[in-house]
Amino acid sequence: MHRSVAVADLGLGNLRSVVRSLERADARVTVVNEPVDLARSDWVVVPGQGGFRHGAQVLREGWGDALRAHLSAEKPYLGLCLGLQLLFDESEEAPGAAGLGWIAGGVHRFDPDCAELKVPHMGWNQVRGCGRLFEEPEWYYFVHSYYVKPEDEEWVAATATYGPEFCAAVERGNLLATQFHPEKSHSGGHRLLKRFLSGN
Amino acid sequence: MLAKRLIPCLDIRDGRVVKGVQFEQIRDAGDPVECASRYSDGGADEICFLDITASHEGRGTFVDVVERTAERTAVPLTVGGGVRTLEDVRTLLNAGADKVSINTAAIVRPELIQEVSEQYGRQVLVVAVDARRRVPVEGELLAQQLRWDVCTHGGRRPSGLEAVQWCTRVAELGAGEILLTSMDRDGTGIGCDLELTRKVAQSVGIPVIASGGVGDLDHLVDALTRGAASAALAATIFHDHIHTLGEAKAYLQEKGVIVRPVTPGTPDGLPDPSVPPTVASATS
Repeated sequence: MHRSVAVADLGLGNLRSVVRSLERADARVTVVNEPVDLARSDWVVVPGQGGFRHGAQVLREGWGDALRAHLSAEKPYLGLCLGLQLLFDESEEAPGAAGLGWIAGGVHRFDPDCAELKVPHMGWNQVRGCGRLFEEPEWYYFVHSYYVKPEDEEWVAATATYGPEFCAAVERGNLLATQFHPEKSHSGGHRLLKRFLSGN
Repeated sequence: MLAKRLIPCLDIRDGRVVKGVQFEQIRDAGDPVECASRYSDGGADEICFLDITASHEGRGTFVDVVERTAERTAVPLTVGGGVRTLEDVRTLLNAGADKVSINTAAIVRPELIQEVSEQYGRQVLVVAVDARRRVPVEGELLAQQLRWDVCTHGGRRPSGLEAVQWCTRVAELGAGEILLTSMDRDGTGIGCDLELTRKVAQSVGIPVIASGGVGDLDHLVDALTRGAASAALAATIFHDHIHTLGEAKAYLQEKGVIVRPVTPGTPDGLPDPSVPPTVASATS
């Protein structure tokens, strides 16, 4: 079954590999450049690389309202990396910059005092799930220096260990957002995208 | 737990893989897109392309190769070679590279590290450091003897920088990762310079990729354990089909190194359209 999926182009990095991986998972992809056009889509993917401050800025330029409307309508949402972090209130990366505040909680830096812990957390880490999309442990590709911490632990759909255990994905209803990059995670990433797209 | 990474590196000139890569019984494989695709599906944790094209016209060819490779592979792609400016970085990222590696340009103008990192985030920036052991001067204290010079121009020219200090500096300036090559060991196949690798890995808070000298699987184990590297980059042992990535990972796992296990095949389990079907039956 071919899902029609809108990839929101927030101007936060190259979308090609995200688009390609969704197409491989049998989705029909449209890249949406204007927040107003988001309303036409039922399925939305929000990728994002780079800094929280830049992301927060983009939210203020119309994307915030568009995404909030989409989430309020409980339509399917897939957030990747910064597309996960921006769902939260704020980040230690950019004090004062407001995220969407859809999920109560903050984004924290990996302990810079721990000499053993290289930051960014870069590479493949094993993810263990508790959500319905994460039944089996799977290896995914990560590259980030900050991790999310929802106040309500019910949000946590999967975890990975880097120093302490941290939240690798959140899930609720039609919302899935991952800290890792399924589009860079070869077959494991492909299977996750398929599972997400096969949801109702 | 975070896995240690294995990164096959391909040297590319005028859009072709320079030495060629052997897959199963097929040699040629001079097409970088095909090679990268096979590595991606064979268990590579990342792919690295190094452009050694001398001519200006050849650069466009390389960007085109990066673009087509990004379409085909489903693991991160790092590209480097001749990257001088912020504009070069932008071009390669837009072509689909996940990370861009800079070397000489960072030595000439260290602010470039800061600029790239501020513009695109430090995760896209790999700073490549070519280091050569300094010949000890007679009468020098033992502690002063163990030094490495940062070189440019393929290791021929010393830059005047000391390698461990330079690595510390690039990390401070905003590099996301260091690709550390021992010029003494590069191409020798006798193993990585473990003292160099360990010293740098312990001095910086960002991941270090060990490179130069990997000739067998024990060298990979050494680089990732005694050398304390986060990843190992290798060319010959994979290109010449001395070992597959699957064998390398099985061996590392046996030695207690955490790796991502290999499940060969394309991401979606379908045949890769960029790889022509094997014609083994025609020759038998």
